[in-house]
Amino acid sequence: MVKWSRFNIASIVLGFGFLYLPIVLLVIFSFNESKLVTVWTGFSTKWYGQLWQNQGLMDAAWVTIRVALLSATCATVLGTLAALALVRYTQFRGRLLFSGMVYAPLVMPEVITGLSLLLLFVAIGFDRGFWTITLAHITFTMCFVAVVVQSRLLSFDQSIEEAAQDLGATPVRTFMEVTLPVISPAVFSGWVLAFTLSLDDLVIASFTSGPGATTLPMKIYSQVRLGVTPEINAICTILIGIVAFGVVIASFVTRRREAQRVRDEQAAFAPA
Amino acid sequence: MSNIASAIVRRLVIIIPYSWLLIFFLIPFFIVFRISVSETAVAMPPYVPVFALSEGFAAFWEKVSQFSLDNYVWLTQDALYLNAYLSSVVIAGISTFFTLLIAYPIAYGMAQAPRSIRSTLLMLVILPFWTSFLIRVYAWISILKPEGLLNQLLLSVGIIDHPLIILNTNTAIYIGIVYSYLPFMVLPLYSALEKMDGTLTEAAQDLGCTPIRAFWRVTFPLSIPGVVAGCMLVFIPAVGEFVIPDLLGGSETLMIGKTLWNEFNANRDWPVSSAVAAILLLILVVPIVLFQNAQAKAESRDR
Amino acid sequence: MKSFGSTRRSFAPWNDPTSKPFISFRNVTKRFGDFTAVDDLSLDIYHREFFALLGASGCGKSTLLRMLAGFEQPTSGEIILDGQSLAGTPPYRRPVNMMFQSYALFPHMTVEKNIAFGLRQDGMPKPDIAARVAQMLKLVKMEKFAGRKPHQLSGGQRQRVALARSLAKQPKVLLLDEPLGALDKKLREETQFELMDLQQDLGLTFVVVTHDQEEAMTMADRIAVMSQGRVAQVATPAEIYEAPNSRFVADFIGDVNIFDGKVSSVENHVVQIETDIGFTVRMHSNETPAVGAQAGCIVRPEKLRVSRAAPADASANAVQGELWDIAYLGDMTVYHAKLKNGAMVKASSLNAVRAVENPLGYDEPIWVSFDEDAGMVLKD
Repeated sequence: MVKWSRFNIASIVLGFGFLYLPIVLLVIFSFNESKLVTVWTGFSTKWYGQLWQNQGLMDAAWVTIRVALLSATCATVLGTLAALALVRYTQFRGRLLFSGMVYAPLVMPEVITGLSLLLLFVAIGFDRGFWTITLAHITFTMCFVAVVVQSRLLSFDQSIEEAAQDLGATPVRTFMEVTLPVISPAVFSGWVLAFTLSLDDLVIASFTSGPGATTLPMKIYSQVRLGVTPEINAICTILIGIVAFGVVIASFVTRRREAQRVRDEQAAFAPA
Repeated sequence: MSNIASAIVRRLVIIIPYSWLLIFFLIPFFIVFRISVSETAVAMPPYVPVFALSEGFAAFWEKVSQFSLDNYVWLTQDALYLNAYLSSVVIAGISTFFTLLIAYPIAYGMAQAPRSIRSTLLMLVILPFWTSFLIRVYAWISILKPEGLLNQLLLSVGIIDHPLIILNTNTAIYIGIVYSYLPFMVLPLYSALEKMDGTLTEAAQDLGCTPIRAFWRVTFPLSIPGVVAGCMLVFIPAVGEFVIPDLLGGSETLMIGKTLWNEFNANRDWPVSSAVAAILLLILVVPIVLFQNAQAKAESRDR
Repeated sequence: MKSFGSTRRSFAPWNDPTSKPFISFRNVTKRFGDFTAVDDLSLDIYHREFFALLGASGCGKSTLLRMLAGFEQPTSGEIILDGQSLAGTPPYRRPVNMMFQSYALFPHMTVEKNIAFGLRQDGMPKPDIAARVAQMLKLVKMEKFAGRKPHQLSGGQRQRVALARSLAKQPKVLLLDEPLGALDKKLREETQFELMDLQQDLGLTFVVVTHDQEEAMTMADRIAVMSQGRVAQVATPAEIYEAPNSRFVADFIGDVNIFDGKVSSVENHVVQIETDIGFTVRMHSNETPAVGAQAGCIVRPEKLRVSRAAPADASANAVQGELWDIAYLGDMTVYHAKLKNGAMVKASSLNAVRAVENPLGYDEPIWVSFDEDAGMVLKD
């Protein structure tokens, strides 16, 4: 039925090559012996060794991870609530404004979001630093979580909730014991998305941070401005490695779960 | 009892995220507008507050009369800003077009792929999006440099005899935007194409269309919602892009995101940068509304 | 001479050795990887015939249709339409049109545009297109809905639009893939007759794929019963029902009782079988199995009689049993009877009168009987 022509395969191979080649090159040159990142002179891991001595970088990494963990968790809660509000309550005052506020941050240029949040923090006299970055990250990542969870909720069979209530579960218990377990993969991938977005963000963090709170992207950016060095390649490689590892683990887990589900279903339908 | 409890829960489900977004997303915009009509001052914060809620309503109206549109007037008089807005829109538009051109065949190929490998392909498209934006832009510097990898390759193959100057030009910005935003274009296109009933193109062929005509008559028109969503997802953030023009563009590259950043961080002129942001927002209102409509339509379709 | 069922008209080109087939499948095989969907199949379909491909899902009937439409290429063998091989002709150059199971209406076009689509591809002049579209809309009684989009139509209306669209180009052959599958029962029955009338009026060749035997039997001149990529039998509906050529066909079409046993004598076209369940069956047969061979006697339920008393006609096959289940269906009653040795048989009788005195009841001892010409003998 499906016709996968040569043209289709070629466009996918070229497209994926375009997507991955720059990253692969960056990783390769992090192991370059020379300080030049464009001429290969030999294999070396010395740039990785140097990273551990760079105290500023390590501090920034620690700040970034704390911000990402905290903001991703809060954003997941808020984003899930927002998705529920959007999907389950189609009629309430200001729904249009609400859905607008959920979708707009997805495309809003970061400079605008960053500037406006900074001005808010200044206006209410909030000291800028760790907490302001966290608040800013919660705000823009919760919208991504909301969209991810929303798409799962839209395909959710609501009759199983009705069944739970019919069997005597209160709405809150229904949510905790039926709805949440079913949508949990979407909630989890929302969390992962929020975490990586926060880990990633330069512009908003730069606007909302204060003295003493420098995130890793800010640190990388200030070094990149000074020039391309293998050291940056090395730290980028570590970050890519962490993300790739996380994604592979996550997909492995979901795939195994999916395979298990398929096996269970087959067992259930097999003649006894 | 439980009715009341569930009513309260229902309220909270709406109120908590609603008020969060009001406070941290909507109100800040009003502050941006407020400060954009203030005057610059040498102080911290570096502007003269125009009004504060504590002063009450009478004071508010009094202050309204003191609104200073000087910042806006200044923006229109300085060709730098005008050109920056214009070239941002043009650069974003051209990049969006090229992104669409590259993303469409990829998305189409993915939608035609055997079902068993589609989810893997999808993950491969999303994966780069999860590695840092900054890193992905940075990776291009060493490729596009005059002594960079691309020139090394082209020189050694013999296609060119002297290095191309790509880095620090608009071409580098196009490449950067196309590269960074490609997944944003592929995903909505893929979901539009994947949902499409394959028998429609068969029906078109059965009725006498060649495969290419069937594509233009049936497949493409039906994928337009995906095209619109993808273009908006690329165009809107690209207009205000800062990292790409800053790292890949040249000194004479004008993009409004970079201008705003400089105005704010280098010149410390908060009212002017607020005005810059306010106008940028106004420019983007139309595409944002288009995007919202596409989203709302998609949402009601899935329901 | 007796014949099976009622013939619809004197249309039987397949019995005429001088008539040429309109569509020929010659040793067609189609493989998808390891899976053989169509296995060395040969089949002739005649001009103006209403032909049905009937089978369970996965039997290869849809693949056969898609090869005729040009969406699949045969792995080997060839398909000939009107004297010309279709090999290498892409779907958009074939003089056949298909009505898709999902209808495949273009959602972004109105009813009118959908019907005009095929004509526009041929570069037909605009006034001609308009005229043809109007004619088609009238044909399927959809004039009022010309400006609507597919999602504004009911299932039955969509089906009509799909039909009009596939007929608009006046194809030599119309292919219908489960044409009525998405309709509810009542509408389906009505539409079956409409399709038959339409096919008669237009004088076209129709090839329909269906899994619904009632649909195939209602509409088709001939049915090909398919199984595992092969044709099990090609014949008129009545022949398929009354003279199936295999246990598979007998079992696939309608209900059947099969009495297996050993042939004990064959004389004057009457075969006597000692059945495994302990009674002797005598049955007319054109075939003459060898004495001592294994054979089965097949009898349709409506040809079994159920009665309290032993049958008066001594020549009839008769066996005692008791009633196990009774299902009253309105037009007829279905009985499940348990014979003395435990075997179950199914019998049905028409409820030709409204009220019956002292009807048969559960657990009642009864006689099951049938005539010597009520069924047929199948060799193993």
